[in-house]
Amino acid sequence: MNPEVAATVDLDVHSIRADFPILNVQPYGQHLAYFDNAATTQKPQVVIDTLTQFYEQFNSNVHRGVHYLSQHATEAYEKSREIVRRFLNARSTAEIVFVRGTTEALNLLATTFGKLLQPGDEILISMMEHHSNLVPWQILAKEKELKLKYIPITETGELDLDAFERLLSDRTRVVSIVHASNSLGTVNPIEKIIELAHQNDIPVIIDGAQAVAHIAVDVQSLDADFYVFSGHKIYGPTGIGVLYGKELWLDRLPPYQAGGDMIKRVTLEETTYNVLPYKFEAGTPNIAGAVGLGVALEYVQNIGLSKIARYETQLLEYATRAVEEIPGLRIIGTANQKIGVLSFVMDYTHPHDIGTILDQAGVAIRAGHHCTQPVMDFFGVEGTARASFAVYNTPEEIDQMVKALWQVYQLFGQ
Amino acid sequence: MEPIRDLYQQVLLEHYKHPHNYGHLEHPTHQADGDNPLCGDHIHLELQVENDTIVDVKFSGMGCAISKASASIMTQAIKGKPVEEAKQLADLFYQIVKGETDVPEAPSSDLEELFIFSGVRDFPTRVKCATLAWHTLEDALKQS
Ligand SMILES: Cc1ncc(COP(=O)(O)O)c(C=O)c1O
Repeated sequence: MNPEVAATVDLDVHSIRADFPILNVQPYGQHLAYFDNAATTQKPQVVIDTLTQFYEQFNSNVHRGVHYLSQHATEAYEKSREIVRRFLNARSTAEIVFVRGTTEALNLLATTFGKLLQPGDEILISMMEHHSNLVPWQILAKEKELKLKYIPITETGELDLDAFERLLSDRTRVVSIVHASNSLGTVNPIEKIIELAHQNDIPVIIDGAQAVAHIAVDVQSLDADFYVFSGHKIYGPTGIGVLYGKELWLDRLPPYQAGGDMIKRVTLEETTYNVLPYKFEAGTPNIAGAVGLGVALEYVQNIGLSKIARYETQLLEYATRAVEEIPGLRIIGTANQKIGVLSFVMDYTHPHDIGTILDQAGVAIRAGHHCTQPVMDFFGVEGTARASFAVYNTPEEIDQMVKALWQVYQLFGQ
Repeated sequence: MEPIRDLYQQVLLEHYKHPHNYGHLEHPTHQADGDNPLCGDHIHLELQVENDTIVDVKFSGMGCAISKASASIMTQAIKGKPVEEAKQLADLFYQIVKGETDVPEAPSSDLEELFIFSGVRDFPTRVKCATLAWHTLEDALKQS
């Protein structure tokens, strides 16, 4: 390993890599450097095995059967909810709702909050939101004649906190903010945001999709009203995610979808809803996915999030220094606090051409607007190339990427 | 040749850096917009058609090297051609990028550059970039 990075990190990346079978794939006969982790992370063997084992040994519906298998499936599903509770340090499992992912959680919140809002009420989000924390609010605002306001961002890609304070008004009903930006890497000061919003009695939703795999989250010490994330970005399966909500708020919100499991009693005239969290879990959930997510979270905790964060920060710093040498390359997102996301443009090459050239060198990155078009507009670019790091990446892989970026320069820049 | 050099040939790079027929026409008779949401490529195409012949053509927009070079080379290939012939060229081009036609030994010189896109067949995710201009041309010609 690169001595610069190795010297300071007590993390055995080679044994971690051995946990991820997909890292053995060799695109075009080359070593795979997978740097598209912000889109989705790879899965360790324990998670893959858990899914298989669930279908081989436990498969059954939950909360519905009196039989042996159903009891085991229900236990595994609820055990996973307890793992999530501990992971976020929530007060109770009643506050942990399983959903399909961040997008579903945010749609759930926009839709159900919407039922409590009046024309003229205001929703405050930021300019750096992922489309999934923007479009649902935009639709709601149109439908209910609400005002959607945006916290501006600065040239470094940080939130303008002074503007945030000015934008809070006595009509603001909810603030919804991304914890860490998927296109800039910026880690937002959500403690401060929550504190300021709470001084005005406004609830705060945090989109933790990019944060949870890199930053330890304690929803009680943050005092977040809602915190949502996707399993697949933290080494878990796709199709499963988490909506944490304070009990007080989940009680206040009406149900989202209706059907089985979310009811207590149904007559032809009316329905009484089930207790939390089941009120928000209509229909058969992604049981195997939930169980797999629990295992993924344990996997992360066994390594330790602070170790992971330290390691990834060093990868980011190493990569940042190396790409800064390349003429005409501009990094988009230079906040002080960043997760391992390196977004950049090269002024002579379109991001997709960079993506294709890197792909041929075995390096997987993302190119495009990353579902954050307002951010791209702000920086005056069509899109960026983005490398995003995870615990299994190595400095050698960064060298592999940087070498291919020099090839881009030779092809296009000279 | 390495596939990447085969894709990004010098001719393609030249057209990307210095596109031909880039800009706007005074009095276009036909125009259309094309988008490739995957790449965020956008092209605006303007044609001046007289007596079923494309007498002038210009394009504008943002895009990757492949889509921009393809647009530039397309405008060269169709300028001065009868509309019907331009449509046939579009079909030929789709065959080239899908690898459904072999590169002829000696393509006629004004069509030669179309064949540099035969390298795209090895990059399935980029075929849409190469064909964007031609699809936009077909859309523009549908207006009458
Ligand atoms: C910040 C952020 N929010 C929300 C999402 C949406 O997550 P999902 O597609 O898993 O629902 C993403 C994923 O791209 C993201 O990066």
